[in-house]
Amino acid sequence: MKSWDAGRESRVPLPLSELISSMNKPQQDTLLSVRNLVTQVATPQGAKIVVDRLSFDLGRGETLCIAGESGSGKSMTALSLMQLLPKPMARVASGEAILNGQNILALSEGQMRQVRGRHIGMIFQEPMTSLNPVLTVGRQLAEAIAAHKPVSAAEARRKAKDLLDQVQISDAARRLDQYPHELSGGMRQRVMIAIALAQSPQILIADEPTTALDVTVQSQILALIRKLQAENGVSVILITHDMGVVAEMADHVLVMNRGREVESGPLKRIFETPADTYTKDLLAAVPRLGEMTGTTQPKRAPAAPKKPEAAAKPDAMAPVVDVENLVVRFDIKGGILQRPIKRVHAVEGVTFQIKPGETLSLVGESGCGKSTTGKALLNLIPWRGNIRVGGKETAGLTGPERKQVLRDIQMIFQDPYASLDPRMRVGDLVAEPLVIHGLASGSELTDRVEYLFRRTGLSADQMKRYPHEFSGGQRQRICIARALSLSPKVIVADESVAALDVSIQAQVLDLLQDIQNETGISYLFISHDMAVVEQISHRVAVMYMGRFVESGTRAQVFENPQHPYTKRLMEAVPVADPDRPRKAFVPADGELPSPVKDLSYVPPVLTRQDIGGGHTVWS
Amino acid sequence: MSAVEVSPAAPVAAQRGVLGRLIRRPLAVFGLVVIAIAVFAAVFGPWIVPHDPYEQFFEGLSLEGAPLPPDAQFWFGTDLVGRDLFSRLIYGARTSLIIGIVANGLAVFTGSVVGICAGYFRGWVETILMRFTDLMMAFPALLLAIVLAAIFTPSLWIVAMVIAMVNWVQIARVIYTETRSLAERDFIDAERAMGAGHMRIMLRHILPHQLSTIIVWATLGIATTVLLEATLSFLGIGVQPPIPSWGNIIFENQTYFTSAPWLVFIPGAAILLLALAFNLVGDALRDILDPTQQGHH
Repeated sequence: MKSWDAGRESRVPLPLSELISSMNKPQQDTLLSVRNLVTQVATPQGAKIVVDRLSFDLGRGETLCIAGESGSGKSMTALSLMQLLPKPMARVASGEAILNGQNILALSEGQMRQVRGRHIGMIFQEPMTSLNPVLTVGRQLAEAIAAHKPVSAAEARRKAKDLLDQVQISDAARRLDQYPHELSGGMRQRVMIAIALAQSPQILIADEPTTALDVTVQSQILALIRKLQAENGVSVILITHDMGVVAEMADHVLVMNRGREVESGPLKRIFETPADTYTKDLLAAVPRLGEMTGTTQPKRAPAAPKKPEAAAKPDAMAPVVDVENLVVRFDIKGGILQRPIKRVHAVEGVTFQIKPGETLSLVGESGCGKSTTGKALLNLIPWRGNIRVGGKETAGLTGPERKQVLRDIQMIFQDPYASLDPRMRVGDLVAEPLVIHGLASGSELTDRVEYLFRRTGLSADQMKRYPHEFSGGQRQRICIARALSLSPKVIVADESVAALDVSIQAQVLDLLQDIQNETGISYLFISHDMAVVEQISHRVAVMYMGRFVESGTRAQVFENPQHPYTKRLMEAVPVADPDRPRKAFVPADGELPSPVKDLSYVPPVLTRQDIGGGHTVWS
Repeated sequence: MSAVEVSPAAPVAAQRGVLGRLIRRPLAVFGLVVIAIAVFAAVFGPWIVPHDPYEQFFEGLSLEGAPLPPDAQFWFGTDLVGRDLFSRLIYGARTSLIIGIVANGLAVFTGSVVGICAGYFRGWVETILMRFTDLMMAFPALLLAIVLAAIFTPSLWIVAMVIAMVNWVQIARVIYTETRSLAERDFIDAERAMGAGHMRIMLRHILPHQLSTIIVWATLGIATTVLLEATLSFLGIGVQPPIPSWGNIIFENQTYFTSAPWLVFIPGAAILLLALAFNLVGDALRDILDPTQQGHH
């Protein structure tokens, strides 16, 4: 809390004409009118403005999408409106938000409590953490229902059931007595929406409501929000980084960057004729599904393969990775004797090969076993079957032999911050593999690390810093540099761009592709994002419940999907095209079944069907 | 508010030495001074005492035979048999520091090794180590110490060993729990994926993260160990009289607390001051050794 005054001084007084026009502007159909909202956060360097003179109007029954990348101030805007800013570090410095003729930013905490829930409901990003794990769903709903007026227990329960029906949760009466952990992620988000709607608010603020969900579930939730809006006439402020979601949901769009409005306007106008370069860049960076139709190589790969002999007889090349009938099962122990009582069938008989210089993508939703497959390749978990990396069997290897195999295969993890030891300098982190394998020391080591830093687009003078001093994209570059340090033949990239903003995502994907073009490295690219997979892969395998359901070249799978699950996945991807018709209703049956089975469970045998050119479907 | 861009000031702070950054904190400096005085007293005790700590002065008792309060001759007063309290405190510093540092250091070391191994390896290593820890915890610490002290002939070093043997369990428990969650974090997986061996992961990637916990336990433990030594001395199995230790001075004199409060108050204050000093230095060290905390002060 230092020098709030710094921010105050920089506040520009409004010209009189603008002041008058802003006062006249709210019309009959405008529900919420925000004018010159300024939010500050106290930092050791003084007050920092995170929302800067933001103004917008929200019409009745309208959906406004606030779009922007991380740090753009979009979540801070929502929290400012709800007066839920983290105190005392953040506060609204000036501005007003008129709702029903009342400036809600000027209300006291007690008065604001009347507005929250009753006039404005809010849903958060993480349905796992925004529900209380020790209370039943029914109890939490009843609390929301009775928050402002006393209701009898029976009445609250009846209303809770109605709400669950409204958000299309199957078997609503039974769900009331269940705890949040018994529900899937999609169902929890539905419960959150039901809680937000309990008081029939006029405005629903949804802060990245589907970011933590799988694509098929995401499309269901988005369709649900549209349905509720049509039925109840509630206005929605949807905060998202995903331009595909914007295109599917918005009436109006407000693009934010660094706390300021970049531009705003009707959906079509923004997508078709973006006025600002930032909006243009943002839209250009979004990977679009179907963009690559008609090509066989990844986006940035050279048009003609570099090595003619390789192109002539690609099948003759020995695969770098050869996986045969990989099975990963975990026992869940329980009871007094800690005997196995259940079994998780994470991966059930997966077979694939990766050739030198090739990118194979594993696509699927959370819990389908794609990450487990990646970890098994590096021997990080116990598995059965046959895995050969660079021609060497990796089963049962320990000590020096295992270490030897790891020189050929390396991994990049999903969360770059979590996978870097926060107590080490990044230079040491990148040097770590070389030191472990005893490949370099002294000035040679420094030279190698410097080279790797430059190769991944970092500068060598950053080597002495710690991971927390870098941005997300830079951290992922550090992870890539570390994975490259042993010059492996193949890198397992586990959701490596999922945590990054789209523009950064594009840069990191380009870097990966450039490295492949240069060194002929292979990738096993694990992702849930169909559009990203389309850009980077040579071949694609779709995973469902621990098995492959479809595999083939990129073109085969994306242009001619055969398995119903592949089709459903592709259909669910939000498309950044406002002209695409919006689906009115998405059936809610799309939750993945649990991979946890009884000990006696024997997985059914799938029949494999080759439909030509290596395009394989299992059913 | 995600990723904050790199601030150019940060690396400068990182390059200054640990001691250099320690002396920039007034509280840590206070702690260092107190510790320095205690160490000085322990090392040079025989040369700086004004009186012989074992001599029972005739003028050290009043006519009624009661101990004297602090005066110009006996700065901190005299004890029940007329010995100079100040001199005994200075001699006692050696005993208390040895107990506080050696016994506690040994306990912290054992606890950390057991905790990290059990938390990292899991499986049968975890079962054996942690069940043994639980067993040790179930024993009343004092009873165990009495038995152990009775088996060996009491001496300062034996007392230190005994204290270490009963005190490592709590630390082992805490470190074990933290290591377990740490071992599941991504960067440990990343290390394994690079081919790092167990020793490297435990020493270079798990231990540094436990430093703050270890430091806090080590500094807090000093006070409890000094007191446990006092208890043992009181029971006659600790440091043998007439050798003074801060703990046994308190216990020898505690029954006369109302009539001669300085006999309990002054050695009590010495223990408190020393424990506080270690705590302050420990706190500062913890902040300094954590790179993610830099620039937050």
